[in-house]
Amino acid sequence: MASAASRRVLPGFGLTLGYTLGYLSLIVLVPLAAVLLKTATLSWEQFWAIVTAPRVVASYKLSFGASLIAAAINTVFGLMLAWSLVRYSFPGKRLIDALVDLPFALPTAVAGIALTAIYAGNGWIGQYFEPFGIKIAFTQTGVLIALVFIGLPFVVRTVQPVLEDLDAEFEEAAASLGANRWQTFARVVFPLLLPALVTGFALAFARAVGEYGSVIFIAGNLPMVSEITPLIIITKLEQYDYVGATAVATVMLFVSFALLLVINGLQAWAARRTGRNR
Amino acid sequence: MLPRILSWAGFLLAFTFISAFTAYAQTTILNVSYDVSRELYKDINTAFIAEWRKKTGQTVAVNQSHGGSSKQALSVVSGLEADVVTMNQAPDIDILAENGLVAKDWRSKFPNGAAPYTSVSVFLVRKGNPKNIKDWGDLAKPGIQVIVPNPKTSGNGRYTYLAAWGYAQQSLGGASAARDFVTKLFANVPVFDGGGRGATTTFTQRDVGDALVTFENEARLIAVEFGADKFDIVYPSISVEAPAPAAINDKVVDKKQTREIAQAYLSFLYSPEGQAIIAKHDFRPRDEAVLRANQAKFPSIKTFDVEALIGPWAEVRKTHFADGGIYDQIVVK
Repeated sequence: MASAASRRVLPGFGLTLGYTLGYLSLIVLVPLAAVLLKTATLSWEQFWAIVTAPRVVASYKLSFGASLIAAAINTVFGLMLAWSLVRYSFPGKRLIDALVDLPFALPTAVAGIALTAIYAGNGWIGQYFEPFGIKIAFTQTGVLIALVFIGLPFVVRTVQPVLEDLDAEFEEAAASLGANRWQTFARVVFPLLLPALVTGFALAFARAVGEYGSVIFIAGNLPMVSEITPLIIITKLEQYDYVGATAVATVMLFVSFALLLVINGLQAWAARRTGRNR
Repeated sequence: MLPRILSWAGFLLAFTFISAFTAYAQTTILNVSYDVSRELYKDINTAFIAEWRKKTGQTVAVNQSHGGSSKQALSVVSGLEADVVTMNQAPDIDILAENGLVAKDWRSKFPNGAAPYTSVSVFLVRKGNPKNIKDWGDLAKPGIQVIVPNPKTSGNGRYTYLAAWGYAQQSLGGASAARDFVTKLFANVPVFDGGGRGATTTFTQRDVGDALVTFENEARLIAVEFGADKFDIVYPSISVEAPAPAAINDKVVDKKQTREIAQAYLSFLYSPEGQAIIAKHDFRPRDEAVLRANQAKFPSIKTFDVEALIGPWAEVRKTHFADGGIYDQIVVK
């Protein structure tokens, strides 16, 4: 090991690695291990019965489905936002830039109550949909809107710096070689933005899956229809059922972890394809 | 390395301070309570502190912690150092007894099953009662929307469910009739809010639903908050009695040597002064004289006791509200 370490150019490898592992263990791994340990008190049959109960499965569908859709929506519109903020100058730009971070800062319960107030049948926006029989608050659509709201900053903030660093010369070069605007975007700019977009998508998705505070007010929480998985966990805790709660949490953990791994894999693949070393 | 040594030193220092403070009898107690009792206990604490000073010359402090009842109970099980717990349903104290924090016979430690006050589930309807909702039967009719907090996460919701069950069992006869009735009623619920206050918001602010079923104290608070010209309170023919039990956390008071204060604090709730404060906050006092003095606020209503009519709480919890229990069966279609 010593010879391997001494060959490195930067000193302090052992220290930093030790620190990284120690810190990660304390902050992330120990609590997660506690979840797994608690779950491990169940037999496999009990575990399977808990995590595949129809009501729980319905909640996975909503939680993961709505989170994926919300992250996808945020990726498209977050890119557009970041693009406007970086490429154009207009009055109030700084204000809008600061507004993007608000969903981060707002307590999620406040966000949930505000969104419910706006999208309820008698709310500012909800009242225009109500006559057409479209309900937003207290439905799955409401869940989606809350998740889009809380996930917005992730894509904007990951794409923005990359876009700022992007030299206009690339685009000028593309243009001088005869590419039209669409080709310049699709063949030159987009591939360079892709890794940041994927990261933003993954962050927005991960945040949405775990979100409780804001969703719970707007969801309506009807069994089999609009119950999110974190609510299932809370209801189990209300029955003092720690083990059942951790069993469902374990499933969420593994699915999220697997999805994030896939997303990171995609990112690495995209990076290789565009010929950039990571 | 140095920062690590420093942080350990800081940790030990903090630890030493904390243990030094706990070594002798304290004069601060913590009351861990449920969500909507915040204002009540603020008044109770002020009155109790004055009373205790008058009696003993000692100045005590009472800290409050509020949150969803079951969540609060779990916090205490996990080590939140509550000297006394004041909850809104017996199972939240039973769980403390199961964990050895509270005496098994906590119900007999204070009068009235250790519940210094009660409330009842009532209906709140829109002004003039346009859907003519008079009793439980009207809530189960087709086309009526009822707002009830989620019985899986809220004591308020559980009492509503049990009140409807008790009504049906008595007036329609038998458990299977009760089950059919409750199924119909809960099919009329368009939104399940996490707690009583959330359901209030949905009904009053979002204009969802024809009736809100909630505790009398919450219904009266809404009437005051929004003006009597917006909502009417409807008293059904029969309702559930929802006693709010209190207990001493033996483990903590023995360690902190605060048993005497804790005992006096809970006893104070039963004193005429305590009962008057309770009535002021729209909870039904136990004291006959105080109840009579507030007759206008608390119309007489026939009530039933959950344990007497439906069964012991432990059993009710298991057959009705546990995962896969009757409640789950009727709402999961």
